[in-house]
Parts: sequence; C-alpha cells; structure tokens
Amino acid sequence: MRTLIPVAVTGLMVGQAQAADLSVRIEIPRLNVAEYHRPYVAVWVEGPDQKVAANLAVWYDVKLKNDEGTKWLKDMRQWWRRSGRELTMPADGISGATRPVGEHQLVFSDGKAPLGKLAEGKYELVVEAAREVGGRELLRIPFQWPPRAPEKGEARGQHELGRVALETKP
Amino acid sequence: MKMSLKWAALALAFSLPLSAQAHRMWMLPSATVLSGADPWVTVDAAVSNDLFYFEHFPLQLNNLSVTAPDGAAAKAENQSTGRYRSTFDVHLTQTGTYKLAVVNNGVFASYKENGKNKRWRGTAEKFAQEVPTDAQDLRVTQANSRLETFVTVGKPTDTVLKPTGVGLELAPITHPNDLFAKEEASFRMLLDGKPAAGIEVSIVPGGIRYRDQLHEVKTRTDADGKFTVTWPEPGMYWLEAETKDDKTTFDKAKERRSTYVATFEVLPE
Repeated sequence: MRTLIPVAVTGLMVGQAQAADLSVRIEIPRLNVAEYHRPYVAVWVEGPDQKVAANLAVWYDVKLKNDEGTKWLKDMRQWWRRSGRELTMPADGISGATRPVGEHQLVFSDGKAPLGKLAEGKYELVVEAAREVGGRELLRIPFQWPPRAPEKGEARGQHELGRVALETKP
Repeated sequence: MKMSLKWAALALAFSLPLSAQAHRMWMLPSATVLSGADPWVTVDAAVSNDLFYFEHFPLQLNNLSVTAPDGAAAKAENQSTGRYRSTFDVHLTQTGTYKLAVVNNGVFASYKENGKNKRWRGTAEKFAQEVPTDAQDLRVTQANSRLETFVTVGKPTDTVLKPTGVGLELAPITHPNDLFAKEEASFRMLLDGKPAAGIEVSIVPGGIRYRDQLHEVKTRTDADGKFTVTWPEPGMYWLEAETKDDKTTFDKAKERRSTYVATFEVLPE
C-alpha cells in the first residue's frame, strides 16, 4: 500500500535558499454508521529507532467541558505510548479540534515548530486515527530528510482513514 | 450465610495448593492505561477457576491496599462484596502508576484429635486459642500471598514498584503498564528482598471459557530471580509464582508457602 515516487524536478528556481517543506494530506472517510464521532487523529514523525522525532498534530475533542475529551487520547495507543503520555494537553502548536469528513492539508517547514530541525536520515510519517465507538487505524509512509528532490508517498486506510499523502520538497 | 461465605473465601485464599491448583485469585481493573483529566478505575476481584470470570467466590478485600504514584495510601472507594465477586473503585487523582495489592498472611494446621483428622485455618494470633495444645501429628504451615495489579495515568512511574522486602514479590524490569503483544518483557522475583532463583512462574491468558486449552506459559527464574516472557497476543494475563521454605515468622509453623499473583494487561501493537 505504500509508494514513494521521486518526482522530476521541473520549474524549480535553482539556487533559491528555501526551507524544505513537508506537506501531509489526510482524508477522513465518510462512514455509514449509526453513531458517528469524528476520529481522534495523531500525526508524527518517527526515526528508525521508533522514537518520535517530531509531533506534528493531535486532533481531539477540545470542546468538552473539564477537558473530558482527553480521556480518549490513549486510544491512539501507539502515539500515546511513543509520546502522547508525556505531553500536556492542549499542546501548543500541535493540538486542535477534530476534523470533519473530507481531505485536510497540513504543511510543515524545516526549522520551524512543530517539525523543527530533523537530522539527515530515514524517517516515517505516522498517522493514527481512533474513533469513539469505532475502530483504530495506523498508517506509515517512509521518507528521506532532507529531500534532495520533490518526493511523494502515500498510504491508504481500510476503515478509519482514507488516503494519506505525503509530499516533501527541498 | 454471609459470614460462612466470608470464611469459606478466606479459607480458600489461604489454602491454594502448590501448582495444579483448582482456583485462581485475581483482580481485574477496568483499564490499566489511562488518559484524561479525572480518571477512575473500577476493579473486579474474585477467586475462580476460569480467568477472568467471577463464578466461584468473591475475593475478600480486608487486606486491600492502594498505593498512589507518590507512595502515599489511596482510597479504595465503593467497596462491595457480592455472591461471586467483590468490586471497588479508585479515583486516580495523580498522574503516574498506582499499585493495588491484597496481602494475606495466614496459618493453617492439620492434626489428629481423638483419632480424627482435623484441619484449621486462621491467623497466628488465633492459633493458641483454637488449636488444642495436645493435638497429635500437628503440621503447621504459614501461607503468605501477595496479589497485585497496576494502573497508570499518563506516563508510567516507578515509586510503587519498589519492593517491600517481605515475602514473594515482583520487581519489574519492564514496566507492568507498558506491555505489548509480540514484545519481550522482563521481571525479577524477590523473596524477602533477595533474588528468588529457580522458581516456577506460570502465565495464563484470560478468556479461558472460550477456548479448549489453557495456553499456559511456564518459565523458571534464573540465578538472579529474573525471567522473561514474550506476550503472544494482546489481552489480560494472570501470572502466578509460588515457593516453599522453612523461614517462618510463626514459631509453630515448620514451613512457609509464599505466593505471588498479578494481573497484567498486554496491548496490541
């Protein structure tokens, strides 16, 4: 399900000093279920040692009174284990409200929070979704950082996530 | 009825035979890994054949203690003992790891009185009052057991994992609330604070009622009291270790039996 397609470098301004970009598109699928809740979603970058290199986004129910929405954060169990349990919610620049059905784009820049400065190497973008009274799904897309040329990768979810696409640009 | 049931369950807890035992005592928390602003756990506690089904006796909560992440005692609220199980709640007001423990210290004796076989169970204090001084063929055993489970809010912590140095205990190397299927976990068994070498550890996954075989994993501690287990699949697991020696703290008892039992939750990857 994972593909990584090097894209031909066309029309790029050579020599322009520009920070590398990492752009993520996440599709929240429409589900035909009796009781639907928007999924909790965590997006992070993992190094080859499975350690979290950067926490990019956490979408959870931020509107409930008394922070009650934090009760289900642990259902994104890989994220919870790798870093979630060490964060205080809401986390500045990372956490936000759950998103509706459709495609959502997130763009991150090298050197800027929350991506920060990643050492050169192989990484994986990880997207984990957990839905109240529903299921849980985790997708991984490998990538190289910093990118030498624009590259694309994608993964497709089976039940909680639709298409997740990654684009990196030097 | 209530009273006799209580004594029957108490007796049962003291009389679990070595290995091949018919009954298992356990606590089953509603969750072991928690997040959120105001979490609680509710716990079922029972003595049963199948894990984790309450179908035989409730576990007595007299010797229940809850230790909070900071090491202080926490309350076990809403305690209730029914026909088949006991339950209680713990309000988890701190972040970190809580320990729930039921520690029993009992004595049991077998002897002959007027040619008839007698069995007695109770405490060291009651022994002199209740067991006749002229009992023949008197055999007295001290039975100590520690039953534990752990729950964690947020990041796992280690304060409650420090051993007490008394009886048979588990000193985790892998944190007991950080267990995942297909991964290896290591623990050390300690007897009176020292490595318990060469003792058998039995691990049984829950859900026995819906399968034909026990799927028990047996292992033995090494010279340092250490053992490792690779969890075959996610779920709740029951762990038991038992050993016998002559280090009794009650002078009438020649033998001491020490039992450690714990419930662990193993999460899917």
